[in-house]
Amino acid sequence: MAARADFETDEGAGGADVRFSGRLTLARLGDLPARLDALGPIATLDLSAVERIDTVGAWIVTRAVQTHGATVTGASEDAQRLLAALARDKSEYQVQRRPVPMWMRMLDQLGSASVAIWNELIGIVDFFGAMIVALFVQIRARRRIRWNAIVTRFQTVGVDALPIIGLMSFLIGIVIAQQGAVQLRQFGLEVFTINLVGRASIRELGLLMTAIMVAGRSGSAFAAQIGTMKLTEEVDAMRTIGVSPMEAIVLPRVAASTITMPLLGFYASICAIVGGGAFCWVGLDIPPLTYIQRLREIIPMTDFWIMLIKAPVFGILIGVTGCYEGMQVRQNAEEVGRRTTSAVVAAIFLVIVLDAFFAVFFSSIGWN
Amino acid sequence: MSEEEIRDEIAAADAVRPEQHDYAIRIRGLVNRFGDVVIHDHLDLDVRSGEILGVVGGSGTGKSVLMRSIVGLQTPAEGEIEVFGTTLATIADEEDSRDLRRRWGVMFQGGALFSTLSVAENIQVPLREYYPRIDQKLLDEIAAYKVEMVGLPPDAGPKFPAELSGGMVKRAGLARALALDPALLFLDEPTAGLDPIGAAKFDELIRELADTMGLTVFLITHDLDTLYATCDRVAVLAEKKVIAVGTIPELLATEHPWIQDYFNGPRGRAAADCNQTHRAG
Repeated sequence: MAARADFETDEGAGGADVRFSGRLTLARLGDLPARLDALGPIATLDLSAVERIDTVGAWIVTRAVQTHGATVTGASEDAQRLLAALARDKSEYQVQRRPVPMWMRMLDQLGSASVAIWNELIGIVDFFGAMIVALFVQIRARRRIRWNAIVTRFQTVGVDALPIIGLMSFLIGIVIAQQGAVQLRQFGLEVFTINLVGRASIRELGLLMTAIMVAGRSGSAFAAQIGTMKLTEEVDAMRTIGVSPMEAIVLPRVAASTITMPLLGFYASICAIVGGGAFCWVGLDIPPLTYIQRLREIIPMTDFWIMLIKAPVFGILIGVTGCYEGMQVRQNAEEVGRRTTSAVVAAIFLVIVLDAFFAVFFSSIGWN
Repeated sequence: MSEEEIRDEIAAADAVRPEQHDYAIRIRGLVNRFGDVVIHDHLDLDVRSGEILGVVGGSGTGKSVLMRSIVGLQTPAEGEIEVFGTTLATIADEEDSRDLRRRWGVMFQGGALFSTLSVAENIQVPLREYYPRIDQKLLDEIAAYKVEMVGLPPDAGPKFPAELSGGMVKRAGLARALALDPALLFLDEPTAGLDPIGAAKFDELIRELADTMGLTVFLITHDLDTLYATCDRVAVLAEKKVIAVGTIPELLATEHPWIQDYFNGPRGRAAADCNQTHRAG
């Protein structure tokens, strides 16, 4: 086994004389640095018995030279080269960030988070405006609408989402019917379960759940796709060729999500009603014909209009936030992940806030 | 730390002894293929201890794949790769492979710095992994002198990779590769994407570090100036093999058309001329 790094000391006139032996390398240092630090003043450092030395060993020696003003003797040619390379002044080299007091950091975080949220809102509105302008420019210049791009997005946003949205809504219909029935049974009004399922599905839940699913499926995909295109400078390449990224990338995606949302929302409502109907038939012995008959009596046409008014708005919102966050990607790949997350979070949050506004508005104009 | 722990650690350090081998890397009959595409067909290559070996070859000749095979990121279909007398593929024990890994440093083309850590923390990652006993003060000092060694500015230590320029990322990547004072250094296109001044400085830095620390360097490059400025020998990859290894004058004496085109093309001549005047002046 090769000798580990070690040293012996002799008390001299101006302090200890330290004689190193073995290999002064990172792997063989052991507790040598600590023992060396524990020594008092050091006068000389003798390296003549050292077999090998690396930069860490040389640094330990250099440190002793700098703190004690010691002199080095017996250094081999290799050791001298290393010592010379390390002798340059490094006092101004920083390693850690300057510490900031806790309260200041908290204030800083609160402040920058608030500014970030505000900037995000302004950014989304700004982006929406720019998109509308781009739309009018495209129409006025009579440029061809990119049907191919839009139809491709139809496929991914709409058709591909049908199974998952259908299943989800069907199950939610069952849950509402089941939970509603339990409560209504206490008053002997189980038959009103149909009212609950029918109206909740058409007016609120079908569309809301669809919006959440589309935000998670497609809003995130928009952000990730566009973000990656930004990183690889595809978007910049488009601009230099003279193709507007708004027209080529953003408009087709937003158009697709805007048009598919009402369709998906209606489909989801129907699936939820079917799920509720299935439960009513099996659990409450209400035959499907009665169920449908009753639905026709209790669901007002206004509920359907409410859904159809809300759906495209949600679609625009999801498309715009997804594309906006994607366009904000800069610097590195990590940003793509971060922006994708915030696209989904922002879209779902804004959809629910808007939904609350819609609910109050439609009630106050008498569409109960 | 107890006496016993120190002894274990030192025993582990003895498993691989770079200074006892004349050849840092020996490759025999290496075959790499992706599906039907054969990248290397029975390739042989020796890297002598203490030399800077430049590896050149056209795009797609498998220079990076060769490096990835040596460091164990790519399992070869056939063949043997020995690094300091140890064959990575046959090491079953995770501990033993760690001993070997500790002996080399790899600098990737894009720097491959960990983006969530600062430059200083990036340099400290290998140190913490292999020597958890080192106290924070010494770790910080080591990081500071490595930062200085690779020529980064004094305020670079606490910065995050995203805040650095391309040249600084490369230097930081080099500092991390040198963190454990390795005997063998792999550099994948160290000067790609740097401006000529930055590239020349980087060449100087590599030469200087290799001389100071007694490094063996495996250097993949496209840059003719780097070859002239830093390399002791050059290996040429073509036709799925190493077709020639030697000093640049030796390579110039060979008849192979690719080598002639490479060194005697307009760029090759310019680099050679520049090197001549540089040496003369």
